[in-house]
Amino acid sequence: MTKITQSLISEHGISNDEFNLIREILQREPNLLELGIFSVMWSEHCSYKSTKKWLKTLPTKGEKVICGPGENAGIIDVGDDDAIVFKMESHNHPSFIEPYQGAATGVGGIMRDIFTMGARPIANLNSLRFGSPKHPKTRNLLSGVVKGIGDYGNCVGIPTVGGECNFHESYNNNILVNAMCIGLVKKNKIFYSIAKGIGNPLIYVGAKTGRDGIHGATMASAQFDDDSEESRPQVQVGDPFMEKLLLESCQELMKQDAIIAIQDMGAAGLTSSSFEMASKGSCGVKLFLDKVPCREEKMTPYEMMLSETQERMLMVVKPSKKKNTLRIFKKWGLEAAEIGVITQTGNMEIFFNNSLVGKLPIKPLADASPEYDRPSKKPRKKFKKENHKSVSIKSALLKIISSPNHSSKSWIYNQYDRSVMCDTYFSSEQSDSAVIRIHNSNKAIAVTCDCNPIYCNSEPMLGAQIGVAESWRNLIASGADPIAITDNLNFGNPEKEEIMYQIKEAIKGIKIACESLNYPVVSGNVSLYNETKNKSIFPTPVIGGVGLIKNISQSKGLKMKDGDNIFIVGNSFGHLELSEFNRICNKNHGRPPPLDLNEEKKNGAFVRKFIKNHNSIVTGCHDISEGGIIVALAELSIRNAKGLKIKIPSDVKNSIKWLFGEDQSRYLLIVNNENIIKEVARKERINLQKIAKVDGDKFCVIKKFEISVKKLIKYNNKWFDNFIEK
Amino acid sequence: MPKKVVSIIVFPGSNCDRDLNIAVQKYMNVNTKLVWHDDPSIPNQEMIFIPGGFSFGDYLRSGALATKSPSIKEVIRLSKKGVPIIGICNGFQILTECKLLDGALIDNHKRLFICKESFIKIENKNTSFTQNIKKNVVKFPIAHAQGRFYTSEGNLKSLEDNNQIVFKYSSMNGKTGKSENPNGSINNIAGITNKNKNILGLMPHPERAVEFKENNDGVCFFKGLQNLL
Repeated sequence: MTKITQSLISEHGISNDEFNLIREILQREPNLLELGIFSVMWSEHCSYKSTKKWLKTLPTKGEKVICGPGENAGIIDVGDDDAIVFKMESHNHPSFIEPYQGAATGVGGIMRDIFTMGARPIANLNSLRFGSPKHPKTRNLLSGVVKGIGDYGNCVGIPTVGGECNFHESYNNNILVNAMCIGLVKKNKIFYSIAKGIGNPLIYVGAKTGRDGIHGATMASAQFDDDSEESRPQVQVGDPFMEKLLLESCQELMKQDAIIAIQDMGAAGLTSSSFEMASKGSCGVKLFLDKVPCREEKMTPYEMMLSETQERMLMVVKPSKKKNTLRIFKKWGLEAAEIGVITQTGNMEIFFNNSLVGKLPIKPLADASPEYDRPSKKPRKKFKKENHKSVSIKSALLKIISSPNHSSKSWIYNQYDRSVMCDTYFSSEQSDSAVIRIHNSNKAIAVTCDCNPIYCNSEPMLGAQIGVAESWRNLIASGADPIAITDNLNFGNPEKEEIMYQIKEAIKGIKIACESLNYPVVSGNVSLYNETKNKSIFPTPVIGGVGLIKNISQSKGLKMKDGDNIFIVGNSFGHLELSEFNRICNKNHGRPPPLDLNEEKKNGAFVRKFIKNHNSIVTGCHDISEGGIIVALAELSIRNAKGLKIKIPSDVKNSIKWLFGEDQSRYLLIVNNENIIKEVARKERINLQKIAKVDGDKFCVIKKFEISVKKLIKYNNKWFDNFIEK
Repeated sequence: MPKKVVSIIVFPGSNCDRDLNIAVQKYMNVNTKLVWHDDPSIPNQEMIFIPGGFSFGDYLRSGALATKSPSIKEVIRLSKKGVPIIGICNGFQILTECKLLDGALIDNHKRLFICKESFIKIENKNTSFTQNIKKNVVKFPIAHAQGRFYTSEGNLKSLEDNNQIVFKYSSMNGKTGKSENPNGSINNIAGITNKNKNILGLMPHPERAVEFKENNDGVCFFKGLQNLL
């Protein structure tokens, strides 16, 4: 038997204190198998040990919340017995090492979280962060990740409807791939992962277990160095065809009242799925590893328990339905086996070749999982000397719309099947959020992912608040009532005080904004140690928001018609610090724009109500975010291939500040009747200003400059093609 | 009178079967029978659809493994009796793989999956599949990685001579130049029939253009198929 040495313990990422705790729980030395199980269950990835204390402070309840954090995904009520299941999850480390498989399995994993709960996935989104385009790895990472996401979702037949993709040098050696999935389920057909019923069989189904991904969860909990590419064998390989078969067979089985509990085998595979199910049901479990379908020969219990082979599920079924369960899986050509049984011992007992090879008490292990209050410290800001440039309005606009972050992402989204399932009303290039109809109904949901890491890097709390507010605003601009969010918190090494400060502050920001906007957090994921050679990424707390549109005819996109007028809702102060404009001038310091959550609520409520009450007047709606008013208007012009006449209000003293300022809580409303909107805004005491008219084929800022929309489109389209094909 | 019944073959990995089923029932005024791929008999022979998706994961080559299914053997037999057969996207790929249609569907010219709205010119309005479509150009989404139609020069000529080319990628106004070609298909070909004109294969998805009034050119396609029954 392998001796448990100090080096073996640290290879498993277990600290000395943690090892002592293990001995206390077991009242003996663990064997290698048990050590491996502890290491994954207590890894940052599975235990949230550095963030748990702070995550607990987030608002998770609400009138429409059916299921908050803790299950496979969060669930909200959207009326008529329909519920929406959603969650976002990161696959950052694997995607950097092997972009295609890393991203593909990220999509596969999050979809399984959704359909495990009985829901049919109806939309995928993703939030991607790559390094500088100048970095030699960026192009391959971008192509690989996009292809991985596309191939997986396209094959399973779930539309990929939106997301975001940005480039920044802080991600040069640590890209972010956050995948979000949304599913639809009837309220009384939700499945949970609470194991019950002594003597009930535990059924394994899906791909055969191989040696892939062993220690994936531990890898996701460590930072990178020069040898990181050697961990390529830890990256799992995805098989979307298998996923499709799993999805359809589970949906078929779920109609039959057979399943008591179900959980997908994601990070830490068989270990975490069996542990979590038993722990939630306060029961024990016996596993017979000889029964586990294996792809490779002579696999050890250690390898079987820690493998992260994809596309596998574990379920507790009613004994009377066992035969039928196995029959359904056979029809779909899937490997299924009874690999264990639920017991009342409260222990996990692992058998192999008729002998007991591991025995762990479930509740003590779960309860004792470490929770740290790591020290934090506000980082001192370093100011680099800058050589500021002065730039004209026109050239700043053209630079922004042809920059990697703002140019057309059609190269990306055209690789994603957005039309399968026939319910995509708007994908995210057509509206501020993607709008997906609830099948066979007149309702729709709106979904969006948002984060501004530059704001978050400067002030994590305010930056995170702005992320929440922007997602809320994007939903409203699409005509939706915002309901709830999922969050994906991407940070560096929490053992560093400055990083811990970012984490705590960002969570506080999310808490404040979500409480104020009545916008609870129903699921989420934390990805830490996003560092290479001690250099951390910018703090990136991505917010995935979901809202409901009761009548799909009230959904709004980036549309405008000739003769329409464009009004701005909200106050413009001209905040340029950390704006796109300032960065073009090489000014990189400053604070994010202030956010007044009361103003946010007031403006949001106005837009929402106006769209509902005067639907036929509103041609389109767009929020104002990065790049300010002028970029938002240019996006409308480009999208519609129509000209605009933009008039800077006479009381504006500094037109650059007015045009490029990134003040929050503002919308552009495109309307075909200016009197009504003016009247309503006056009554509601909303700051409203008419700023443009849809006219001709030129984008014209009166008294400043004009450019043909054709040219604008050309500028907006060129970056990706040049970058990929060079 | 009871409604007629048309068959839709479902493979492991098909993913447009639900969408197609809905469009067919709604706009052809028929009932449908979903036939599982390993069923050797197809009892409802009014018309057979082969839906899009990734049959058997499209491993080996798109559509290749599906040709070994018992139901496809039956499709081949029935096709010779003149039963109308329509393959969309992966269905088209399967029909070329089992040689019921000419040519092959290979990797798109940029080797990327393409999903977008495409204008499709109806090149031949004299087939039973297209004679009731009033528009000359329709808008259907495309979504495929292997949709580039290819065939030999000789075969191309014979397709042309027999008026087997039914759909071509085009502009909104029916121009069928290079810039309107999304995937590098030879002569912008998006859909063809066999010589007897009872088998149709097309890459675009009419079943994805029926749900929203802004985009419902698929309705006239399915309504137009009623006369075949």
